[in-house]
Amino acid sequence: MSARDRELNAAFRTRRSLSRAGVYALLWIGVVVMVVPFVWMITTSLKSPIEILEFPPTWIPTGHFVEAAPGVWSEVNIVSRNAAAGTISVRPLGGGPETTVDGAAVRDRFRFRLENYAEAWRQAPFARYYFNTILVTIFVVAGVLVTSALAAYAFARMKFWGRDNIFVLFLSMMMVPQPVYIVPSYIILVKLGWIDTYQALIVPWLAHIFSIFLLRQHFKTIPADLYDAAIIDGCSRFAFLWRIMLPLSKAVLVAVVIFAVVGTWNSFLWPLVMTNTTAVRPLQVGLARFSQEQGTNHELMMAAATFSIAPLIVAYFFAQKQIIQSLATSGMKT
Amino acid sequence: MSWLSTLRRKKFMDPLTAALYLVPAGAVVVIFRMLPIASAFVLSFFDVKMGRIRGFVGLAQYAKLLQDPTFWSSLGTTAYYVAGVVPLSLFLALLAAVLLNQKIRGLGFYRTVYFLPVVTSLVAVSMVWKWIFHPRLGLLNYFFELVGGGSLQWLDEPRGIFEMIAGGLGWSWWPDGFAGPSLALIAVIIVAVWRGIGYNIVIFLAGLQNIPGQYYEAARIDGASPAQVFWKVTWPLLSPTTFYVLLSTTIVSFQVFTQIYLMTGPPVGGPMGTTKVIVYYLFERGFDAGGNMGYASAVALVLFVIILSLTLIQRRVVERRVYY
Repeated sequence: MSARDRELNAAFRTRRSLSRAGVYALLWIGVVVMVVPFVWMITTSLKSPIEILEFPPTWIPTGHFVEAAPGVWSEVNIVSRNAAAGTISVRPLGGGPETTVDGAAVRDRFRFRLENYAEAWRQAPFARYYFNTILVTIFVVAGVLVTSALAAYAFARMKFWGRDNIFVLFLSMMMVPQPVYIVPSYIILVKLGWIDTYQALIVPWLAHIFSIFLLRQHFKTIPADLYDAAIIDGCSRFAFLWRIMLPLSKAVLVAVVIFAVVGTWNSFLWPLVMTNTTAVRPLQVGLARFSQEQGTNHELMMAAATFSIAPLIVAYFFAQKQIIQSLATSGMKT
Repeated sequence: MSWLSTLRRKKFMDPLTAALYLVPAGAVVVIFRMLPIASAFVLSFFDVKMGRIRGFVGLAQYAKLLQDPTFWSSLGTTAYYVAGVVPLSLFLALLAAVLLNQKIRGLGFYRTVYFLPVVTSLVAVSMVWKWIFHPRLGLLNYFFELVGGGSLQWLDEPRGIFEMIAGGLGWSWWPDGFAGPSLALIAVIIVAVWRGIGYNIVIFLAGLQNIPGQYYEAARIDGASPAQVFWKVTWPLLSPTTFYVLLSTTIVSFQVFTQIYLMTGPPVGGPMGTTKVIVYYLFERGFDAGGNMGYASAVALVLFVIILSLTLIQRRVVERRVYY
């Protein structure tokens, strides 16, 4: 290698590492933009109503304390600061007379108000909302697994008149967005007497066309000869599905469960229209109402938002690969 | 061998068994999908108040629709929204995916973080961003002030951004009708891009990873510059993916509702109706007191026709540029 070659090589490497640094810098900007709203949500949820008004905002929730008796620190709110005199007017947290103390007497310490979560939980029937969402999700997941497996099996393996046309008709239903049929759906549920019932949130979602599609595609990869041989040997059709097809389709079934859980947990427009009372109202609609009623209690709203998304976020961190893959294949964005 | 084929026919042509397997899913699809979709079409020819059909009105709902300025403005607002979200989301997602495709260390970490908002409920996302956009106490105005910019009204700002930019440049006059989307709508667009970009990144990344390495090798041997490699190799081979992302993002964007419902107003669709999109308008006309479900169904059908024809047009236009 000549000296010139080495020079060129070094120059190339510097340029390369510079551009690599640029790549990482851009990626990290992205990380910050994606994460800051979550951090801000959690930070806000742990602040006092007074601290929320402070400007510039604090990133780590902080409380102000004065020494009420030797060794006993009590928390105070700052009413005003007198920069010229170096004094601060404070008022005890629980209420009481305002006092003016020396600036140095006020100490700041991190203070995470977990009690905001309890307060938010108390202010609206969140326990009920949670229960409703979990109940509806369990029924939808179980139902979708059963209906999709059966229908996909019929579409994949059985021979009957009009099979492929019916299948295409099913698929074409996926092209019609929900807002288009929400009004007539409401009328149908009114006629059935189902408004404000669990059925309204469960039954219409017991069939998931994309899940049928996905399972059918997978079932088709299992050799037809196997099916024919098993049937001739006297295996019942259902036994073949249960003993052979489903155990071979675990990965697809996991994806079906993920669509059903994420879709049901986060659905909003449908339950917003179909429920009017707390009795069956799911978490997302309850959270929306809470946010509209609270108005200015930002710390409570952020606490409620945090505990409403927590289960899915935790599940996401445990199974992110599966969840990303499933949702990416489904085209499901909401 | 005829006995075998008879046996086969007997054994495998079994419409009754098939029907049994199809009934659970089929009943739900027929009653809760096909029936409402067909009804939406039928209802749009009727007068329907408080869930009761009052009479056949022919095309009167559509005639009313065409003369309704709120309908047209909601359509325009939706068009602005789509025109904002789709290119922005596609560009940023493609950029991120190309960066992630450079044999990056910690690829899984970045992908997990970018995808995080996709699994977060839109209700919570809307609440958090409404707080970030708060004019007085919000995080975004705090950042703006840190870098010396003034604070903006964000979700409370009805003025169009073109008008605001022109004002910022010192032009006091700006033609009516060219004000552009309101800043409030821009704020909603930002949230939509933030929420959905992770999904598009994952799709783009999968598309990039499907491009065979030998094309890049050949380009490198021929001495192509990185820009040439991108435009002559990556872009054409990625076009089926780009097409899919374009299509799905457009279709989803036309249905925006939750963010509008939770972030804007009161009244929802504010300030000054500049964020009233078509699905919210449909919801308002269908379910508010004094609404008319026949009218709402007419709006729904217009939405459906738009989405369907967009699908077809996009397919036709983009197909010619798609290299498989």
